[in-house]
Amino acid sequence: MEVQKTVLYNYHKILGAKFVSFAGYEMPIQYSDGIIKEHISTRTHAGFFDVSHMGQFYVSGENLEVALEKIIPADLKNLKVNQSKYSFLLNDSGGVIDDLIITRREKSFCIILNAACKDNDIKQISKYLGENHKFHLCTQTSLIAVQGPKSAEILEKHIKGVSDLKFMQGNTFEFDGEKIYVTRSGYTGEDGFEMSVLNTQVEKLIKNLLEDKVKPIGLGARDTLRLEAGLCLYGHELNEEINPIEANLKWAIAKKRREEGGFNGWEKIKNNIEKGTSKLRVGILPEGKIIAREGTKIFSSTDMEIGTITSGTFGPSVNVPVAMGYVNSNFSKIGTIIKLEVRGKKYEAKVAELPFYKKSYAK
Amino acid sequence: MSEKKFSKKHEWVSVEGDIATVGITKHATEMLGDIVFVEVPEAGKVIEQNNQAAVVESTKAASDVYTPISGEVTESNKLIVDDPSSVNSDPEGVSWFFKIKIKDSSELDGLMTKSDYDKFVAENPS
Repeated sequence: MEVQKTVLYNYHKILGAKFVSFAGYEMPIQYSDGIIKEHISTRTHAGFFDVSHMGQFYVSGENLEVALEKIIPADLKNLKVNQSKYSFLLNDSGGVIDDLIITRREKSFCIILNAACKDNDIKQISKYLGENHKFHLCTQTSLIAVQGPKSAEILEKHIKGVSDLKFMQGNTFEFDGEKIYVTRSGYTGEDGFEMSVLNTQVEKLIKNLLEDKVKPIGLGARDTLRLEAGLCLYGHELNEEINPIEANLKWAIAKKRREEGGFNGWEKIKNNIEKGTSKLRVGILPEGKIIAREGTKIFSSTDMEIGTITSGTFGPSVNVPVAMGYVNSNFSKIGTIIKLEVRGKKYEAKVAELPFYKKSYAK
Repeated sequence: MSEKKFSKKHEWVSVEGDIATVGITKHATEMLGDIVFVEVPEAGKVIEQNNQAAVVESTKAASDVYTPISGEVTESNKLIVDDPSSVNSDPEGVSWFFKIKIKDSSELDGLMTKSDYDKFVAENPS
């Protein structure tokens, strides 16, 4: 398959990006400042992220909620126009095909899909759609996230009205004489926005942001930011073998849907809610400076193998190594002492509360 | 101390008597990014040339550091264990990794001079 590039590819180069192949795209892993500075600058000021590799999927038609609710366990019938929800595509056994953000627009739903999953996602979704449903993957717009405590103040200067949005709410605004759709959302644990901006205007938007010292942030810092915020990354914490209850994401399944069902894997999920799961996603704080990477084996204090790390790195804002992983549910209580096997040696760690880094969102 | 010599795996060596000081190059740190963890060998450990001797981890990944010279480790640098970021700031100075008692000084002949190493890096961009 040919390597794909976002509209901003050449501009990233000018900004000093180092590229990495990610989900079929050449994407910036970091810029000249490096991951830690990018991370800190997002937490203390604001940073922008080119997330145009993600799928911006639009679907419209009559009785769409009924069709989509079979594969997405969100309460779409009661989702108001311009409201967003974090949810999933589920397979028959309740496993996660992808995690997503769905927003009800005036005449359609917009679903933001992971880059690596989007082609398969569309196949899976279209199984539930009828002849009267229309769908397409939008390629006319780039997707840009601005994250950080100063993002509202800065964006308001260029896109009037955005600072009035509440968390997980969106609307159409105007930028440079054209329409731009903005939601107050993101995946860093910071206040922030995500914007569908016309490809012809994205560079101008970025130039405006750079003038306000909003730095470009690569995939490296995106990973440390989301991990500190305790957020799942598809392909690591989530896959088709894991259901949302095991992933400790029960909150992301609407209460009404949990009770009424009618979506893929509901029986299994209902059973897991009532009786518990054999494994659970937890936060893990290794002792000292040891970094437990994905695949690291987890042991109990008595050396019984109880799980595996799914993501692990150094958390620049908490200034210690952080990790997430799946453990046997008997060992999932916060404070439980566990051991991590790194390069053949076992190091002590403990099960810790998520997120590692707390920040309040605009409510 | 002698002029530094360099390996293709981006380590540097500086010799004083029969002791070689080993570290990683500025170029290596630039490839690695922000270093957040370092593991160094204990004194007394015997390591053969080109075998793994230490570990560096950046925010992105873990990498092995090899010894360009065979011998017995006499000392390792506690500074970089306590402050891994110092490897980024001064990799070819205070942030050396370990000192090793040279077993076979002819191994030094196979290493590159500074100008050869710079050329090697320029010809092998990563």
